[in-house]
Amino acid sequence: MGVDVQDAIHAGQKLGGSGLPPVTRNTRLPKVALSERPERSETGVWIGIFAIVMTFAALTSAMIVREGVALDWQHFQLPKILYLDTVILFFSSWTLETALSKLKEGENRFSAGMTWLAVTLALGGMFVIGQVVAWRVLAGQGLFLATNPSSSFFYVFTAAHALHLVGGILGLGYLIYKLNRTRSAARTTGIRATSLYWHFMDGLWVYLFVLLLARM
Amino acid sequence: MHEVSTHPVAHQHTAPTGFIRKYVFSLDHKVIGKQYYGLALVSVFIGMVLSWLLRIHLAYPDYHIPFLSKLSAVGAPGGVMTPEYYLSLLTMHGTLMVFFVLTNAPFAAFGNYFLPIQIGAEDMAFPRFNMMSFWTTFAAFVVMMASFFVADGPPISGWTAYAPLSAVGRDAGPGLALGQDLWAISIAIFCIASLLGALNFIATTLDLRARGMSLLRMPYSTWAWFVTSVIALLAFAVLLPACVLLILDRVAGTSFFIPAGLVLSDKLQPHSGGSPLLWQHLFWFFGHPEVYIAILPSIGIIATILPVFTRRPLLGPKALIGSMVAIGFLSYMVWGHHMFVSGMNPFSANIFSVPTLIITIPATIMTLLLTASLYGAKMRFDTPALFCLGFISVFISGGISGFYLAQPSLDTYLHATYFVVAHFHFVMAVASLFGVFAGTYFWFPKMFGRMMSESLGKWHFWLTFLGVYCVFMPMHYLGLVGNVRRYSAFVDDYLAPLIPVHRFITIAALLTGAAQLIFLWNLIWSRFRGPVASENPWEATSLEWATTSPPPFDNFGGKHPVVYHGPNELGVDGPDGTDFLMQTAAPKSS
Repeated sequence: MGVDVQDAIHAGQKLGGSGLPPVTRNTRLPKVALSERPERSETGVWIGIFAIVMTFAALTSAMIVREGVALDWQHFQLPKILYLDTVILFFSSWTLETALSKLKEGENRFSAGMTWLAVTLALGGMFVIGQVVAWRVLAGQGLFLATNPSSSFFYVFTAAHALHLVGGILGLGYLIYKLNRTRSAARTTGIRATSLYWHFMDGLWVYLFVLLLARM
Repeated sequence: MHEVSTHPVAHQHTAPTGFIRKYVFSLDHKVIGKQYYGLALVSVFIGMVLSWLLRIHLAYPDYHIPFLSKLSAVGAPGGVMTPEYYLSLLTMHGTLMVFFVLTNAPFAAFGNYFLPIQIGAEDMAFPRFNMMSFWTTFAAFVVMMASFFVADGPPISGWTAYAPLSAVGRDAGPGLALGQDLWAISIAIFCIASLLGALNFIATTLDLRARGMSLLRMPYSTWAWFVTSVIALLAFAVLLPACVLLILDRVAGTSFFIPAGLVLSDKLQPHSGGSPLLWQHLFWFFGHPEVYIAILPSIGIIATILPVFTRRPLLGPKALIGSMVAIGFLSYMVWGHHMFVSGMNPFSANIFSVPTLIITIPATIMTLLLTASLYGAKMRFDTPALFCLGFISVFISGGISGFYLAQPSLDTYLHATYFVVAHFHFVMAVASLFGVFAGTYFWFPKMFGRMMSESLGKWHFWLTFLGVYCVFMPMHYLGLVGNVRRYSAFVDDYLAPLIPVHRFITIAALLTGAAQLIFLWNLIWSRFRGPVASENPWEATSLEWATTSPPPFDNFGGKHPVVYHGPNELGVDGPDGTDFLMQTAAPKSS
């Protein structure tokens, strides 16, 4: 509850202007819709996205340089399960959006929203398991981290993405825990931040998948 | 006199009372700022002692340094360091100074303490991340220090950890086994900490500004911390994966940076096709912005402090802020100028020299604005002001040599000489530290509620100012006559005549270092015995001076400051015959 008041104050402060009545901790501002309420966690995720983009851009340029600098780059077939993984993660973005629209509709759709959130969480978990299976498939073919620069970059890219996605899974799990306690989307912070991060992870994977398809 | 415009509040933040939550794992940005300052202080003295050891060995190669053999019996048998151990200590000097001092002190320490207060916030946007960020930095420090105590000591590959030396392991020399592992792990941890910190700074600046605190009303220091945090966010996000790749090369047998056919200690290294230049590109893509991470906060600090003592606003506030932003942007396009002699395509060198020359324009604009603002000022010569003037001096001295080094044709000769050592120590290290000193003398009253000793401060300034010129100015001449850097002793015929210059530098370095003990004593003495500071002892305008010294737990005692002015209302008709308006001073009409 305290966080809500603080958010309201910052919302008031952002509006600024001399004509407004003073905003204090006592003031109960009218609830703004979920999609309009400014949240600092969302700002935080946006900033984090810039950093993550930079990290993967650095790795991408490193891969292009490394591929071009010597003649030892060996191409290999990506494990088929990655196609399934891509569909799973894509689908999870859709289930997340479905969950959020149900949550926004109000109390009577709350439990439906929670179900869809749980489905999203499960899909995220399935994706990570799928990545582990892909690593096992490659290992079965004798392609390990140090076998070839191509496999090195494959493992580095997929592991880095999976690590970030596990962060998203933990965030989503925490959000579900918070929603379970408040039983109200309007009184729970971090919804937009979590969904933003999740969709970004989805988009980042699509980029990586295309990149790996082209280079491996 | 300068009351914070307030609104009644329902409840105030309650400060934690337990020792652990209050002083150790504190969420309070002010405590975290002091923790960063303390860590930087420990690091700077270790780094300084290392530089003493290096300098003594350079000038008196046969001198037995008594305790050195205790630190490493192999590295310094009988107290005389081996050439390899010289490089180990050089690596640690550079690493500690660049990461744990020049990044931590002006940016993380002062930024943490003052950025939230200067924008009128109660705390950082993410206090928990903030706490994690300090303790992660501390972990990085512990891991880095551990390399002193492993079998073959710290790595010999320098603070830039050039591959393949840094990537291959023990076959390449001492310190390159466990010592280099610890180095790479420590820096990776440091990256994570810096990313958390930068994220916090940006979110705080964007989201938590007080009512009326528009972007252009932020003090220069806040602007500098903000721009620096954007630079840090993008730079450390590149160094982190680079360190991961380096660690993989070392422990997992990958070949990112190690070329094929490398034979070390008569052993063919089991790697193929890696690119040592790739490491340099990744490292300097971080490394050059890192230079600005070190210097921009100090420029911001100086630009904030100087007008308080000239009693008039700085010229061209928007030009100054614009220059900071321009430097932040351009800092990403110049990394190749560290690699002119790396074997990179010479054409690339010419390409990189263009933005390198262009980036001198905003730097020159800032310097000229600071200098021109002095014209006709009724200067108050307190210690912070002296360090501001000293900053301008060393920044110009160090900056001018940058014009020369930006030309590939000149850099080819000068790159591996003491000319470069002189350049970066002046423009990055000493200039940045002068910003830290100015900030310390200026903000100490706010942080601890007591004034620092002015007379000790002036002794400290003059000895340091003259000292750094004695240390670093002769290095330009050494470089011009071809004195190579990174050598542990100068025994060649053509270098032997330069030994007297090295002895002069060493003696100057010992004395200048000793002068820092005055500063340390001043810190300790003033903390307990200094005269009690008022709310606004310097008659400054920004928000940190509109609250008590030191500020309460929530910075403004449960009140929310409202900002009516920019920070430049100096030399104006203020209330009660003063010559300034606080940012919180309500307009007369209301």
